[in-house]
Amino acid sequence: MSEFQPVSGKLLTKPFVFLSLLVMLAFAILGARFLFGLGAVTNLNDGYPWGIWVVIDVMIGTAFGCAGYAVALMVYVLNKGEYHPLVRSAVLAGLFGYTLGGMAVIFDLGRYWQFYTLLMPGYINLNSAMLEVALCVMAYVVVLWIEFSPAFLERLGLKDLNRKLGKLLFFIVALGVLLPTMHQSSLGTLATVFGHRLEPLWQTQLLPLLFLLSALLMGFAIVPFESLLASFGFARRSETPLLARLAGAFTILLGVYLVIRFGDIIVRGALGDAFALNTFAVAFWLENILFIAPFVVLLKKENRYNQRILFASATSLLLAGSIYRLNTYIVGFHPAVEGWSYFPSAAEIMVTVGIFSLEVVLYLIVVKKLPVLPRAEAA
Amino acid sequence: MSMNRRDFLKLGAASVAGAGVSGNAGAVMREPLSLPPEAVGMLYDSTLCIGCKACMSACKQANGLPPQPEGEDEPMWDSPVETTGDTYNVIKVYIDGDAAQKDREENGFAFMKRHCLHCVDPSCISACPVSAMIKDPQTGVVSYNADSCIGCRYCIAGCPFGIPKYQFDDPLGAIGKCSFCSHLQAKGLTPACCDVCPTGASLFGTVEDLKKEAHRRLEATPGDNYVFPRGNLSEDRPPHEGAIPLYEQHVYGEKELGGTQVMYMSAVPFEKLGLPVNVPEYGYPAITEGIQHMLYQWMVAPIAVLAGLVYVVKRNTSGKSGGEHSSGEAES
Repeated sequence: MSEFQPVSGKLLTKPFVFLSLLVMLAFAILGARFLFGLGAVTNLNDGYPWGIWVVIDVMIGTAFGCAGYAVALMVYVLNKGEYHPLVRSAVLAGLFGYTLGGMAVIFDLGRYWQFYTLLMPGYINLNSAMLEVALCVMAYVVVLWIEFSPAFLERLGLKDLNRKLGKLLFFIVALGVLLPTMHQSSLGTLATVFGHRLEPLWQTQLLPLLFLLSALLMGFAIVPFESLLASFGFARRSETPLLARLAGAFTILLGVYLVIRFGDIIVRGALGDAFALNTFAVAFWLENILFIAPFVVLLKKENRYNQRILFASATSLLLAGSIYRLNTYIVGFHPAVEGWSYFPSAAEIMVTVGIFSLEVVLYLIVVKKLPVLPRAEAA
Repeated sequence: MSMNRRDFLKLGAASVAGAGVSGNAGAVMREPLSLPPEAVGMLYDSTLCIGCKACMSACKQANGLPPQPEGEDEPMWDSPVETTGDTYNVIKVYIDGDAAQKDREENGFAFMKRHCLHCVDPSCISACPVSAMIKDPQTGVVSYNADSCIGCRYCIAGCPFGIPKYQFDDPLGAIGKCSFCSHLQAKGLTPACCDVCPTGASLFGTVEDLKKEAHRRLEATPGDNYVFPRGNLSEDRPPHEGAIPLYEQHVYGEKELGGTQVMYMSAVPFEKLGLPVNVPEYGYPAITEGIQHMLYQWMVAPIAVLAGLVYVVKRNTSGKSGGEHSSGEAES
């Protein structure tokens, strides 16, 4: 018997239907986007060419998708086999985060029909961090589908194929650790070319390292977040002791992140900006208090075993990483010429909401139909 | 293509952590790029500009661009206030107080011409994943190829001068930006804006010649009569004569951000004209590509890391049934 099993219960619940309606609304809006142009539904402009479709759907969406990366790193690289029960749902979170992030890129690209040029050696620019992100994300989506395939193969009863795949999976897993390391850091590198147009609280050559570490932290945080949400929602026992141990591990990483983040600001002499009376300082502290709070709370061992506190800490961390990305690409970003402003339109927001709803809808379908969550007796 | 352009350069001290107190000491940088051998450029002298906008009209004509009338009701004439996907060149004005005198910072006004500066080390080119921004290896003109562009708009976000623009209202929109009338230059003609400029405020020439011309103006005594060349420095066009104004003693674009092939002269501070000042003398791509080359040069580091990962993962998964990625679970 597998250590994983489908969750019982019917699929068409009220939340499921509601979320499905949100997904349909998003696709209707996207219809208008493809017929009339990006300007017809978004508030994007030449001062702020990147809005929430890029920063939330892609940058934050894929950071949420780093669960598979983070857990694979723990289980297969650091050889912490005890976390193995978390692997499948983490890979699933990655699968959704990345597949939908990749899909959202198409909605945002101004000349999406020429997407294939990214794969043509005659066109690609090897100096471009954007190329690195694009190719790596594409490759990682494929890797995630292969990593997740045992769940399908088990369901389909294709034991033979599953076994053959099993012999190659060590290579796929290794790729699955390398690729996110590359593109999550490159998502930070992208902002280095903004130079003086990115506020000093965020502009640093350590952006790739900070983006990588914060993506890992978000990937780790997704695991207790998702697991506890599933245990509340499906009334099943959660893997609390395991999650508590995982929380201990990522608290150390969080400490490392904070030392580098603040050390860098101090070394660059930008700390004064954090105490200025302006929007940037507020945004900075909002971001960093959400990083610091879970660090302080989770340092205490008993807090890590408290489901509510662990859930709140994970949520805080996810928000912190999200705000870090929004601050780097929208709040702390200055257009080259004055006079531009950006706040997402309602339609733009509804597309983002729709994409995240789609993620939940797909999650519900998959965990109810496929062996993904750890085998557990109903609580 | 990018392989040719790509100068694989020594990376100096490759310590990411060593970002020193003094700005970029210890920064990982690729070496600055140098001016192409036959670099052509433009000298825009704000003091000579009379704001007639003949250059804007000529630009639209030369590039086949539609007018952008103000207001929806009675579109009368082309009146863009900023460059757009359909406007590659625009004259703007700096105004202070009662604007009583031209080229004076206080209670004065001054004109400014905005279009691509054709950087020596352009951010748009470094940013573009599919080489849709191309710098001519001989003339250094930066132009756009819509046929490879995917519309990611990183060039817009990345340009320190806010030049590339996207046609947001077109479902099949493209990036719009000045390509220094490369189609006219190919026929031996002068870029449209310089060609029509009545006072020589926009002057075309080789970057070398333009720099000499600019410094001649800076060295001349304010108030003295001066013969300002018009249109194209290499042609013998009738000049424009006038008095030397009280120039800011600086040619903008000689050094800023690694240098630009379009350079500016002005009698009001350059920041009043919307140009970024207090910027480094290297282009920001030197920073970004410094990181990229350190991590990805010849893919050595990624391949080494992958090899290490493969070894570790294989060791950690072999012989363990119940491993997700061993087939054990299917059997147990």
